[in-house]
Amino acid sequence: MIEIENLNVWFGEGPDRVDAVKNVSISVGEGESFGLVGESGSGKSTILRAAMGLAPTWSGRISIGGIDARSGDRRQFLKTVQMVFQDPYASLHPRYVIGEAIAEPMRINKIPDSEARTDRLLEAIGLTPAHRFRYPHELSGGQRQRVAVARALSLDPKVLLLDEPTSALDVSIQAEILNLLNRLKKELGLTFMIVSHDLAVVSYMCERLAVMAHGEIVEVMDRETLRSGEAKEQYTRDLIAASV
Amino acid sequence: MTGKLVEIDDLRVAFRQEDGSYAEAVRGVGFTLGREKLGIVGESGSGKSLTGRSLMGILPKTARVSARTLRFDGNDVLSAPAETMRKLRGSRIGMILQDPKYSLNPVMRVGRQIVESIRAGDPKIGKTDAEKIAIDMLEAVQIRDPERVFRAYPHEVSGGMGQRVMIAMMLVREPDLLIADEPTSALDVTVQARVLDILDELVTRRNMGLIFISHDLGLVSRFCDRVIVMYAGQVVEEIAAKDLENATHPYTQGLLNCMPRINGSLEPLPVLDRDPAWLAETGGAK
Ligand SMILES: Nc1ncnc2c1ncn2[C@@H]1O[C@H](COP(=O)(O)OP(=O)(O)OP(=O)(O)O)[C@@H](O)[C@H]1O
Ligand SMILES: Nc1ncnc2c1ncn2[C@@H]1O[C@H](COP(=O)(O)OP(=O)(O)OP(=O)(O)O)[C@@H](O)[C@H]1O
Ligand SMILES: [Mg+2]
Ligand SMILES: [Mg+2]
Repeated sequence: MIEIENLNVWFGEGPDRVDAVKNVSISVGEGESFGLVGESGSGKSTILRAAMGLAPTWSGRISIGGIDARSGDRRQFLKTVQMVFQDPYASLHPRYVIGEAIAEPMRINKIPDSEARTDRLLEAIGLTPAHRFRYPHELSGGQRQRVAVARALSLDPKVLLLDEPTSALDVSIQAEILNLLNRLKKELGLTFMIVSHDLAVVSYMCERLAVMAHGEIVEVMDRETLRSGEAKEQYTRDLIAASV
Repeated sequence: MTGKLVEIDDLRVAFRQEDGSYAEAVRGVGFTLGREKLGIVGESGSGKSLTGRSLMGILPKTARVSARTLRFDGNDVLSAPAETMRKLRGSRIGMILQDPKYSLNPVMRVGRQIVESIRAGDPKIGKTDAEKIAIDMLEAVQIRDPERVFRAYPHEVSGGMGQRVMIAMMLVREPDLLIADEPTSALDVTVQARVLDILDELVTRRNMGLIFISHDLGLVSRFCDRVIVMYAGQVVEEIAAKDLENATHPYTQGLLNCMPRINGSLEPLPVLDRDPAWLAETGGAK
């Protein structure tokens, strides 16, 4: 469902050139959840943004649901895949109340009943229809993050790219959002790519994961390996040891 | 003995609603803080950030705020002249905001923002010295290439790097009070540990008071001295950090159950059954 081959992403030139992603290949099957973990600044968000076709300079091949990120039909591509950004402000227009933010992609794509669906999505993320009239800055941090999740879900995408989707949530709301995502995955066969610094969340959500450092994948493992603590790389073992 | 660094009693923050009535988002919060590490945990939307912002005097203009007491080191935050509060924010009180990249100036290089922060705290420090302090602090918060980040704009750094830039910017001033709102939520455990060491050092060495807002219960119970738990705008429980596991309020107890664990079950996570009775005004339960 997600095919990333030999992806390189870089920014700038000269002394400040950053090779943010180096020769990364990831393949995620339909209905699978794939985790990305690793050091801050190691290139996790950049991979997700590149997969959405949002990296300015890159090489390699990316295709999602069989649609090529470079040459495929953009509209079709965006119906297939949606992203929840690490910084929820980035995906929420400051002058749109959140009801509009959630309903707008549905209206553009002529999905019927956008109002009712917006209310249902708000409820699913633990807010109420009254929140429809709030501006992003009138919400708490975790409420904003949940709205970003609802907006991404509004178009019924087949693939969701989630960048730290619960980092601003207390564990009770986190549990509700994770359960919601897993239920949708089961019911609709969604495919997830999830970035998280919380190994417990990754272990709970993902069948497989990649560990990143300095723009490269240092290790790919399955959930059982993560759980057994028998990772190959020292960096991964340290990460696990510090998390339990 | 001049009393506590922070004294809050019956703090209330309300916003106007569609129908013109006011709804309270913070409902009678009270606590005191000495030179210690106080954790604030609680449900998303329970009023943690608004409480921090009240103390800084940076609530949104639309907020209606009142308190019996809201004092920082003897200064009455609600009645102090705007200029006094501005000076305090520039030097003695620092707040690490929850959305760090949103709070940084998007069109100014990261380094310059830190340098300005240093010189706002102490105008006697020269430009070259301030630049060195800034780069050292970026290095201290585990940024791998501090010189590049110094020259970068906020949108050119990662989420966790932006968070650490914000931390660096507040720490260079060595404030007397630091309100850290989810300061490490984007950091992996190893980097997080180093950042916490720095905060801890400021509390012990510089006698700073720290208000540490976080949803990471394990972290708060290891790192802080005391914890208050908020729910729907109120403090529902106050407890020694190391006793957090034995919390008695059903909300706090329920929270501990909802946490996924590396080796935990893959069944749907337990969720909270929120009892409407938890909403009743308690007048600051302990
Ligand atoms: N627009 C940009 N211009 C220049 N450099 C960039 C840009 N975006 C990202 N980078 C750099 O690319 C590297 C990888 O960033 P990325 O955001 O992918 O990290 P990350 O793994 O998501 O980290 P975190 O866990 O902190 O969010 C960082 O060094 C960052 O400074
Ligand atoms: N400017 C505003 N206008 C109206 N309501 C607001 C405004 N700012 C915050 N609120 C509401 O006040 C309540 C408390 O917000 P606050 O940001 O303090 O929550 P929080 O405890 O920090 O939550 P989180 O953990 O999600 O960051 C929330 O329900 C929020 O929607
Ligand atoms: Mg990131
Ligand atoms: Mg908050």
